[in-house]
Order: sequence, then structure tokens, then C-alpha cells
Amino acid sequence: MMFFAATLAILVTMGLALIRALMGPTVYDRVLAVNTFGTKTVLLIALLGFLTGRPDFLDISLVYALINFIGTIAVLKLIKYGDLGTIGQETEPKP
Amino acid sequence: MLHAVSLGLVLYGTWLLFSGIYTPLLMGLGAVSCLAVVGIAHRMDVVDREGHPIHLGWRALTYWMWLAVEIVKANIDVARRILDPKMPIDPVVVTVKASQGSELGQVIYANSITLTPGTVSIRINDNAILVHAIATELAEDIQSGAMDRRVTAMEGAGPPPSEDAR
Amino acid sequence: MQVALDILSWLLLIAGSAFALIGAAGLIRFPDVYARMHAAGITDTLGAGLIISGLMIQGGFTLVTVKLAAILIFLLYTSPTSTYALANAAYSRGLQPLLGKRDADTAEKESS
Repeated sequence: MMFFAATLAILVTMGLALIRALMGPTVYDRVLAVNTFGTKTVLLIALLGFLTGRPDFLDISLVYALINFIGTIAVLKLIKYGDLGTIGQETEPKP
Repeated sequence: MLHAVSLGLVLYGTWLLFSGIYTPLLMGLGAVSCLAVVGIAHRMDVVDREGHPIHLGWRALTYWMWLAVEIVKANIDVARRILDPKMPIDPVVVTVKASQGSELGQVIYANSITLTPGTVSIRINDNAILVHAIATELAEDIQSGAMDRRVTAMEGAGPPPSEDAR
Repeated sequence: MQVALDILSWLLLIAGSAFALIGAAGLIRFPDVYARMHAAGITDTLGAGLIISGLMIQGGFTLVTVKLAAILIFLLYTSPTSTYALANAAYSRGLQPLLGKRDADTAEKESS
């Protein structure tokens, strides 16, 4: 019962993050919303493991946390440098 | 060398805790993969003071306790700004000094600023961090330098930082 | 004893859910991307921290608790890193933050 309430709250949070991802307006808003969505997914999987009494879900949750982080960084690197292969030195802000 | 041994022990401990199955085959496979990871990390040249900062030791724990309290306080402040329509937000961009000797210390400081809600570090340049704060009071909190001094004290008691400035 | 632990974990889960919802409300309400990062920070630190603490109390002294602690530590290390990467990428590409005193939700139309 108590996991159910928390799961519901997380789902509503994910829905709000998805609304922000759809509204934009800049690409950074979308990346931020998708990153929040991913963090909430990690929590959702962990809660679902407890809700269904299968703690094995925690392994999936852990791996999802890793993938979410790498995905966010990869998208940001692509936006910032336009290339995933660069070593990525600091660039000055464009006017 | 000390760092490589410590990294291997940490990795193997993590393997044992996450797997939860203690048969000779799986424990052997774990040892092999931990050695492989340490070897790869050594080839990538990331097994040093910066990549595996064991010299921080127990002082890191007391710093984390202090940081957790700060995070809770800042969270409540920002949550009130979101919920109460009468509290306007007042975003400012300020520059704060990062007086840590090493790059690692500056990274810890910048990440601590970002982890505290209400302040986000935007860029690090020449011992100064550009910080976006959602309200002037939160910016003044950072500028008062309490967190800066604590980070410096936490990483400062080790060997002098000049030796790993490349 | 078990009842007290259950009530404590209840409270932690409810508080964590509340902070997650507040952060999501800020994500919708705040005027520009830099301000929204602060709102996302609430869900990432205190929301996640309280919910995982509540689950850890339910887990007791088992490997489940160790994994939950690993998830929490990992989230606390990665969330500032990705927020910094986001702020740095936005600033490097020349997106200027909205500054000055303002009502939290009036600036929606001028932010694009």
C-alpha cells in the first residue's frame, strides 16, 4: 500500500517531466526533462521491485542509472561539440 | 601501486556485495574481471590521486555529513520558492573564488555547489567558478566562503597539491 | 519495533514523493532552463534520497540495502555532473540566463 502511493507520485512526476520535454522551448529544457525522467525511472524500478516483492529489480535499476548518466552526457557532448569523437577542449561562448 | 591495490579491493568488494552468490566459479570470475578492469584503468592512466582519491579518507565522511545538512536546508528554501507564489525568484550570476590547491578539490567544490539546490556552477576558469543562483540570498551564502573553506580543509591535510599539478 | 520502523519508512516515502512532486511543479513553472535546473535538483537530491532511505529501512540488513545505497551514492555523484554539463553546454552555446527579480511564472513567453 505505501509503495503504491510513492509509485503513483513518481508516475505523476514523470508525467510532468514529459510535459516539459514536449513543451521545450530550447533543446536544453528537453535534455533536462529527459534526465529527470531517467532519474525517476531508476526510482520507479526500485519501487516496483518492492511493490511486487522481487528485489532482483534493483540490479536493473542500478544499470539504468548508469545508462541514463552516459546517455545524458553523450547527448550534451553532441550538442556542445557536434561530434562524439572529439577530445573536447573548452570553447569560448559564441556571441 | 597503492592506488591500484586499493582500486582492486574496492572493485572486488563491490562484486561480492552485488552478486550475493558465493561459489568458487563466480568468485574466481569476479577476481579475473576485477584484475582486467584494474589493468585497463592502468593503461588509461587514471589510477592516481585524482582518479581514486584515497587520501581524502575519513575527512570526506565528515564533509558529507555537513553537506547533507546544507542540502536539506537549501531544498526546503527552494521548495518554498516553488510553492509560494508570493516569494519571487531573483536569479543572479556571480563569480566565486575556488581556493583549493588541486583540480580535484575544485571539482569537489563545484559539484558541491551544484548538488545544493538553488545554486548551479556553470564554468570553472582560473580558480574561479561562475555560479547561477536562483536568489540573491543563496548566492550570498556561497560567496561567504563557508563551503569553500570546508572543501579546502578536507583535501588540504594530505601531501602538498603541487606534486600532482601537471 | 517493526511498527515503528514501518511508520518511519512510510514518512520517508511520503516526504520523498512530496519533494519529487514539488520539483516537477518547479520544472513546469520556472521561467528559463537555468532556473529549472534548480527545480530538477530538488527531485534529484532530496526526493531520491528520502525515497531510497525509506526503501532501505524496509530492506533491513541485507544485500538489498547495499544495492539501494549504491544507487543513492551513484545518483548523488552523477546528478551534479550532468547538471554541470548541461549548464556548461547551454552557456557555451550562448544561451543567456534571465536575470533580475521576477514572478516565478510570468516569464514563460519571453524565455524562448
